[in-house]
Amino acid sequence: MIRAALSALLSHWWRHKVQLAALMIGLALATGLWTGVQAINQEARSSYDAAASVLGQDQLDRLLRADGALIAPQAFVDLRRAGWLVSPVVEDEVRIGGVRLRVLGIDPLTAPPAAAAVDLTGDGDLAAFIGDDRLVFVSPETAGRLPSDPLTVRLSDDLPPGVAIADISTAWSLLEMEGFSHLLVWPEQPYGVPPLEDAAPDLVRIAADGANDVGRLTGSFHLNLTAFGLLSFVVGLFIVHAAVGLAFEQRRPMFRTLRALGLPARHLVGLLGGEMLILAFMGGALGIVVGYFVAAILLPDVAATLRGLYGAEVSGTLRLDPGWILAGFAIALVGTAVASAQSLWRLARLPVLAPAQPRAWSMATSRSLALQAGLGSALLLVAGVLAVFGHGLLSGFAVLATLLLGAALLLPAVLMALLRLGASFARTPLAEWVWADTRQQVPGLSLALMALLLALAASIGVGTMVSSFRLTFTDWLDQRLASELYVTASTEEEAERLRSFLQPLAHAVLPIRSVEARVAGAPAEIYGIVDHATYRDHWPLLQGRDDTWDRIAASDGALINEQLHRRAGLSIGDVVTLPNGWSETVVGVYSDYGNPTGQVIVGLDALADRYPDLARLRHAVRIAPEDAPALADRIRDEFGFTMRVINQDEVKRLSLDVFERTFLVTGALTVLTLGVAAFAILTSLLTLAAMRLPQLAPVWALGLTRRRLAWIELARAVLLALLTWLVAVPLGLLLAWLLLAIVNVEAFGWRLPLFVFPLDWLALALWAMLAAALAAAWPAWRLARIPPARLLQVFAHER
Amino acid sequence: MSVRAALVAFLLLVNSAHGQGFADLGRDAEGFAVPVPGTAFDFPRDHGAHPEYRIEWWYLTATLTGADGRDYGLQWTLFRSALRPESGEGWDTPQIWMGHAGLTTSDAHFVAERLSRGGIGQAGVTIDPFAAWIDDWRMESQVEEGADALSDLTLTARSQDFAYDLTLTATGPIVPQGDNGYSVKSDSGQASYYYSQPFYEVAGVLDLPGGPIDVTGQAWLDREWSSQPLDADQTGWDWFSLHFDDGAKLMGFGLREADGDVYTSATWIEPDGTPTPYGDGALELTPLATEEVAGREVPVEWRLELPDRGIDIETRPLNPQSWMDTLFPYWEGPIRFSGSHEGRGYLEMTGYQ
Repeated sequence: MIRAALSALLSHWWRHKVQLAALMIGLALATGLWTGVQAINQEARSSYDAAASVLGQDQLDRLLRADGALIAPQAFVDLRRAGWLVSPVVEDEVRIGGVRLRVLGIDPLTAPPAAAAVDLTGDGDLAAFIGDDRLVFVSPETAGRLPSDPLTVRLSDDLPPGVAIADISTAWSLLEMEGFSHLLVWPEQPYGVPPLEDAAPDLVRIAADGANDVGRLTGSFHLNLTAFGLLSFVVGLFIVHAAVGLAFEQRRPMFRTLRALGLPARHLVGLLGGEMLILAFMGGALGIVVGYFVAAILLPDVAATLRGLYGAEVSGTLRLDPGWILAGFAIALVGTAVASAQSLWRLARLPVLAPAQPRAWSMATSRSLALQAGLGSALLLVAGVLAVFGHGLLSGFAVLATLLLGAALLLPAVLMALLRLGASFARTPLAEWVWADTRQQVPGLSLALMALLLALAASIGVGTMVSSFRLTFTDWLDQRLASELYVTASTEEEAERLRSFLQPLAHAVLPIRSVEARVAGAPAEIYGIVDHATYRDHWPLLQGRDDTWDRIAASDGALINEQLHRRAGLSIGDVVTLPNGWSETVVGVYSDYGNPTGQVIVGLDALADRYPDLARLRHAVRIAPEDAPALADRIRDEFGFTMRVINQDEVKRLSLDVFERTFLVTGALTVLTLGVAAFAILTSLLTLAAMRLPQLAPVWALGLTRRRLAWIELARAVLLALLTWLVAVPLGLLLAWLLLAIVNVEAFGWRLPLFVFPLDWLALALWAMLAAALAAAWPAWRLARIPPARLLQVFAHER
Repeated sequence: MSVRAALVAFLLLVNSAHGQGFADLGRDAEGFAVPVPGTAFDFPRDHGAHPEYRIEWWYLTATLTGADGRDYGLQWTLFRSALRPESGEGWDTPQIWMGHAGLTTSDAHFVAERLSRGGIGQAGVTIDPFAAWIDDWRMESQVEEGADALSDLTLTARSQDFAYDLTLTATGPIVPQGDNGYSVKSDSGQASYYYSQPFYEVAGVLDLPGGPIDVTGQAWLDREWSSQPLDADQTGWDWFSLHFDDGAKLMGFGLREADGDVYTSATWIEPDGTPTPYGDGALELTPLATEEVAGREVPVEWRLELPDRGIDIETRPLNPQSWMDTLFPYWEGPIRFSGSHEGRGYLEMTGYQ
C-alpha cells in the first residue's frame, strides 16, 4: 500500500516536469546563493585565522609599547637577560614589485614552538634563514605574484596569502626600519623571573586573543554579504513555496482517493514528508554545485575588495570544505521544511471527504490581509524605534531586516489600496473586471511580489549607495589629487637634480615626505607637507578651523583622516600621540576614502625635525593641466626610467578601478536576486494559471478572445510589477540611507552624503516590468493557446 | 669531555661542506680557521670566543651530593657556532649561541635549552672580567687580579621546572688535552684546540620541584674550539670525564666510525694536574648493558680499560634515562664507577639512532 501510494504521489512529478524543475531551481538558487556566500565568508575567515595564527598570536600573549611605538632591540635583550622568555616580531607592509606584502620578521632562535611559522628543521634551513638577507617564506599563491628578483623565495604551504616570513634582520632591511612591533611571550616562564613592571616598564602585556583585528575589521563586510545571501535565500524560498503549494493543490483529488482507499493520514503525511526530503536533497545537491560556482566566480572580486578596503589578504582560490557542503544540505532541508510546512499541516487536518477541487491555496481572506498589514506596520514601527535608539552595526542590520520584512508584509494591503484607487477610474465593464480580477489575484501572487519588492528595494538601496559613493569618491579624488604630476626619484642626488630641473618649468614643486608609524595602537602614515594653495584650496576637509592651514604651515598641529578620527575618537582640539613622545593638537579632519589605515598630516618642518634622515624623493608638481603630459615626457627624457612619473589621470583611473571592483560583488548579488524574484513570479503565475480558469472562462464565454485575455494577463503582471516598484522606491531610499549612515560608517569608517539617481530608478522600473512580462509571457502564451474545450469544461466540471 | 653533541647540532645548523680539503694552511675552504699543532694557549684571551672558528664550547659538568645524601649531576653548556668566520655587532652577525642546562637525580632528568644570535648581547663571552652567558644563565669569574679567570666561578641557570646556583673553586691548574692542547679526532687528522679545568670543588643550591637542596661536589670544565673536528664517516661518540677518589682524573673518548671501528683517545691527569695523553687504541671501551632511552637502545653501562695505568673499571649511570631532549638530542648524565678504581664522573653519548 505504501509503495503504491508512493509511486502514485511521485508520478505527479513525472507528469509535471516543469513544476519539478521550478522546485529544483528554486531550491538550488536558494541553497546555492546562500551556500556561495557562506563559502566566500568561510574562505575569507580561514584566511584571516591563518594570518592571525601564523605566529601563534591566537595562543601567545604579546608585549607592546604602551605608546604604540616600536620596541627597541635592547629592550628585548634586557628582558631575555632578566630571564623572560620572549621572542621579537617585526611586522609591517611593503610593496615589492607592485605586490603588497605583509612582512613578518621573526627570530627563529627564540620563537616559542606555537609560533613556528615555517619549517626550518631541514639541513641548513636555519642557517640560510638567518644568513641569507633576501630569504623570505611565502605561500605558493603569493610566490606566483612576486617578482623573483630582489628576493630569495621559499615556499611554505601553511602561510596565508600575502604574508612573507623572514628573519628579523631580513625584515628590517625590507621594511627599512629597526625595532620590534611586539614580543611574543612564551606560555611558561622560568622559576622566579622578575615582575614585568621591573624588567620592562615601557611594555604592556596583551593577552592572547582568539579573535583577530582583520576579522573584526571585516566583520561588517561579511555581515553585509550574509545579509545578501539571506535575502536571496528567502526569495528562493518563495519559489519553493509556490511550487510545493501548487503540487499539493493539484494532488488533492489524489490525496482524497488514497485516503478513501484506506491510507492513514499519518502515512500520507509521512510519505509526502519523505518525498519533500528527497526533493530537498536533490535540490540541495544542485544548490551546492551552484553555490560552489557562485563562490568561485565571486571570490576573486571579494578578495580584491577586501585587499583594497582593509588590506586583508584572502586566498583567491576556493577550497571545497565539508563544512559548508553540510551547511548547504541543512539549509536546503530547513528551507524545504519551511516552504512545505503549511501545506503538510493542512493536509494532515484534511477531512477524508473534503472536496477534491483545487482551492486557491493561499487565497487570503480580507481578515488575514488585515492581520498581515497590522504585523507589517508593527515591524515598521520597531524599525523606526531601532533606527532612532539603536547603536552599532547589528542594530543597523536589525533595522534593515525589520524594515524590509515589514514593508513586504504590508505590500498586499498597499497594492489592494492602489488597485482600488485604479478601479475608481475604470469606465468600461471590461476595465472594471480587469481591476477587480487583478485585486483577486494579489493574494496568490503576493509572495512573488514580496520577493520582487525586496529585490527592487535592495537594488535601489545598494545602487544608490554605490552611486553616491562613486560621486563622492570622484569629487574627492579631484580635490585630493590636485597636482598634475607626481614624480618619485630613486636617489637623493637625483631628487636634488629633479628639483632644479623643474624649477623653471613648473608652477610649483611640492615635496611629499612620509613615514610609517604606529598611531593610536595601529599602523598609520605621517605625512609632512609644505604650505601651498594646492592644499589650502583643495584638500577635502570634513572638519576644520579658520586657522587650520596656518597652524599646519607653522608646524603647530596635525590633520587626521576620517578613519583615525572615527577609530580613535579624535576630533579638533584633541591631542594625537605620535611616536617617540611627539604629540600634536588635531586642527582638522579630512576624508580619505579607500585607505584602510590611519593618516596624519603635519607641517614638513615638524616631520623633518623628528625624522631628519627621511629621504626626500617624492614630489607633487603643479603645472597647467594641458602642459602636464609634455612635462612628464621631458622628465622621462631627462632622467630615464629610474624616475617614476605618474600623471594625475592615471592615479584617478587606478583608484576608480579599485573602487569599481569593490562593489562588483554587491552589484552581482543584486542582479541575481532580481532574477530569482522574476522566477518566483513565473512559478506563482503558473500555479495560478490552472486555478484561474473558472474566473476566466465566463469572461471568455462573454466574447473576449483567448488572445485578448492573454494580453490582459500580460498587462496585469506588468501593472503589478510597476505598482510594486512604486512601493520599492521609497523603501530602497530608506535602505540606502541606512547603508550610508549606519552600515558604511561601521564597516568602512567613513560616512557619505546621499545622492538620488531618479534615472536609475526608471531604468529599474523598466527592468522590473520586463522581468514581470517575461515571467508572464509563458502562462499568457499557454492561455492564448488553451483548447476551448478546457474552458468549456469549467462549466461542466463537477465543482 | 669534549667533542660534543653540539657538533652534530652545529654541523646541521651551519650546513657546511665539512670534511673537505684545506684551502691553505690554517684556513678551510670557507675561510674558517683550522687548528694548527704546536700553538700555545694564550690566557686569558683563549678563555674568550674564537669567532674565526666554526664551533666552540664552554662545557661544565658537576657530580654532586645533596644534604639529603642523594647523588645529583648537573650540566651547563654554552655553544657557539659560526655561519661565517665573522664577528661583529647587530642582528645580522653570523654567530649563533646555544645553551643547554641539565639536572639529573636518580629518578628525574631536567633539561632546558636556549638559543640566541651573537652581536646583540643576548648571549656571549667576555674576557675581562670573564663571563659566559645566554639569557640569564651565567658563568662568571669571581677572581681577584692575578689568578686565572676560571679558577673561581659562579654558575646559574634556570628553567620552568628547575634552577641552580653554584660557586666553583679550582684546586688545581688548567690542563691541556692531546698534544699540548691540539686534540686529534681521527686518523685523517681532524683536530681541535682543547683544554680542561677538572679540579673544581663545588657548593651551591639546586631548586627542584620538591624544594631547594644544598649540594657539594666536584666539577669539570671543558673548553674546545675547532672548525672540522670530525671525519665524515664518524657517526657518534662516547665520552667520559672521571674524578678518581684519589684525586686523579681521566678524560677518555671513543669516536665510532661507520665501519664499526672506534677511534679512542685519553688523557690521564695526575692529582697535581700533570697530563699524559694517550693516542688511538690505548683506551678500550666496551658497552656492557643497554637500556631503551627515548625509543632507542643506548649502552648505559661501560667497561673502561687503560692497561698502561692498570685501569679496568665499570661505569653505572645515576639515571639511565639521562636523555637531553633538545633540538639535537643526546645522552648526558652522571655516573659512578668501580673495579680497579672507584669514583664518579660524567658520560656523554651521541649518535644512537
